Amino acid sequence: MWEYSEKVREHFFNPRNAGPMEEANGVGDVGSIKCGDALRLMLKVDPATDVILDASFQTFGCGSAIASSSALTEIIKGKTLDEALKVTNQEIADFLDGLPPEKMHCSVMGREALQAAIANYRGEVWTDDHEEGALICKCFAIDSKMIEEVVRANNLSSVEQVTHYTKAGGGCSSCHEGIEEILAMVCAERGDTPQLAAPACASAPVKTPATPESKSGLTNYQRIRKIEETLEAIRPQLQRDHGDMELVEVQGKKIFINLIGACSGCMMEHATMGGIQAKLCEALGELVTVLPAREMARIMANAAAEA
Amino acid sequence: MDNAPIYLDNNATTMVDPAVVEAMLPYFTQHFGNPSSIHSFGNQVGKGLKTARGQIQQLLGAEHDSEIIFTSCGTESDSTAILSALKAQPERNTVITTAVEHPAILTLCEWLEKDGYVVHKLPVDKKGRIDLDQYKSMLTPNVAIVSAMWANNETGTLFPVEEMAEMAHAAGIMFHTDAVQAVGKVPIDLKTTKIDMLSLSGHKLHAPKGVGVLYLRRGCRFRPLLRGGHQERGRRAGTENAAGIVALGKACELALEHMGHENTVVKRLRDKLERGILAQVSHAFVTGDTLYRLPNTANIAFEYIEGEAILLLLNKMGIAASSGSACTSGSLEPSHVMRAMGIPYTAAHGTTRFSLSRYTTEAEIDRVIAAVPPIVAQLRKLSPYWSEKGPVANPEQAFAPAYA
Repeated sequence: MWEYSEKVREHFFNPRNAGPMEEANGVGDVGSIKCGDALRLMLKVDPATDVILDASFQTFGCGSAIASSSALTEIIKGKTLDEALKVTNQEIADFLDGLPPEKMHCSVMGREALQAAIANYRGEVWTDDHEEGALICKCFAIDSKMIEEVVRANNLSSVEQVTHYTKAGGGCSSCHEGIEEILAMVCAERGDTPQLAAPACASAPVKTPATPESKSGLTNYQRIRKIEETLEAIRPQLQRDHGDMELVEVQGKKIFINLIGACSGCMMEHATMGGIQAKLCEALGELVTVLPAREMARIMANAAAEA
Repeated sequence: MDNAPIYLDNNATTMVDPAVVEAMLPYFTQHFGNPSSIHSFGNQVGKGLKTARGQIQQLLGAEHDSEIIFTSCGTESDSTAILSALKAQPERNTVITTAVEHPAILTLCEWLEKDGYVVHKLPVDKKGRIDLDQYKSMLTPNVAIVSAMWANNETGTLFPVEEMAEMAHAAGIMFHTDAVQAVGKVPIDLKTTKIDMLSLSGHKLHAPKGVGVLYLRRGCRFRPLLRGGHQERGRRAGTENAAGIVALGKACELALEHMGHENTVVKRLRDKLERGILAQVSHAFVTGDTLYRLPNTANIAFEYIEGEAILLLLNKMGIAASSGSACTSGSLEPSHVMRAMGIPYTAAHGTTRFSLSRYTTEAEIDRVIAAVPPIVAQLRKLSPYWSEKGPVANPEQAFAPAYA
């Protein structure tokens, strides 16, 4: 059985805001055909202020789908529509003290229902562009579609590369067979053969130059240029998914980036940042940390306090 | 007493019978020898294994006790059988199986397909039955082996494996059956059949986990999976799980004794459970072939709600069952068995399996009959497919979410 947090159990056994809502003026119906979960989110929005006065849900789904729906309604009540749209699936999961990796899509479904309901209220049509595949890497919650897209877009041919770009396979490594199958399939499409890992798993140790800043031998200007070049190389990959990023600040080993467009709030945000970090470490030859720019004030304040 | 846990998940695994535990305990500290050794320590264990082999031979109705090969589990027996058939008949490249087999067979077959073997999966109808005429048309000379389960683990539906084995035999094709759910629940007499190989698993019949059997008809061409020592007459190398084997022998003896009970008392309780639930819950139905199935299994589809949610609420009441829903398996798809039978998604996700054992009591069944209807009602209240009085009109159209 799944390991659900107490909070998930509590919201499943005693769901908040469940049932139909007669006076709803924004309704979003979404589902995940793979899992068979489906959710109807109903909003009562004040037309004068755009504030969500009330929210309710009906869900056909498992324990975490019901708990995620319940959490979502609690989070968005009292928010304006624009504020509500900033709620990420990660926030829904965090509200519930986390979800098992296989169940993260329940929180994604919640966020999609919210987008759909707000679009419905505004008289727009919401279309979903996120396709979900089978979960391959359980450690980092990376699915087959994500791996397939990244392998295709970047002409990847080894498990190690896939791990650099997506994090998939970087944990317990038991999904390497699954990743190799995807590599074999995509490589076959382009008439290539995948590079198999050394049989004895003797992959070269990751370079970890545990040295102070600027050991890369670059001047500060050259270093930032290098960072920009690396980001430019990654950018098309994000743009293809209707997303983008901007470099905001470089503070020593901390590199602050804003994910924008579809990348912002995507369930893969964490993985995307991880992938960017891996590329930057590779390019600079030093360990750097990629952080979301929205956290910059807090992180720098903490760093200053520690210093 | 009212909240004592109720275990209705015996198709997943069973409690080890206390008499079985008693039989196996001396083999840890007292009779710990290696049966291959010449001294008296080994000799005693050898005798224990021989007794067990005889007890299993009895339950299966095998002609010779040397037809019993001990393995580690049902999955190992399945893999050994199919891989042996392919290895022993290199000129044949095809496997016939069914769409509703256990993953122990289906995942192996998918892997074989990647290696270039041909796998044909017999489809099933709405009640989970195969078409014997269609089966017959598939029995061509390039088929190395047919593997069909005796009883389905999810619905309990029985396949006519004796007849299927006759037909395979007539076409000169080996026949294997995965009988892990059937052994101990339906009478089996292998010496009067044309079944060449049969898999069974100890923990499904009140023996411990970690022991299984491959029955191999004398004279059937065989190539071992594990090679090494001479154990099991060289057909399955590796030091015997002596305590587990002794336990399995005792469990088989007890299963034979309880065969009547299983098919009368347990069956009656199962039928009572189904009737009691269906009398109170609308839009629910029993899946599988209700006329030809295991006596202990009830698989009920509750429409418009999801199985994992049902199980969590049942578990809160102390009732253990299982589900064919996607979410309980860790996969994203609902049970392949339900999909093979063409059960609609809105019902397949809500299938709940109650599997009884000889330990199940009338009082337990009464408690489950009382507990299920409120749980279903509670979840339907949350369901977008359901209104106060019943399913919304045209449920599939009234709620047609944008699927990702």
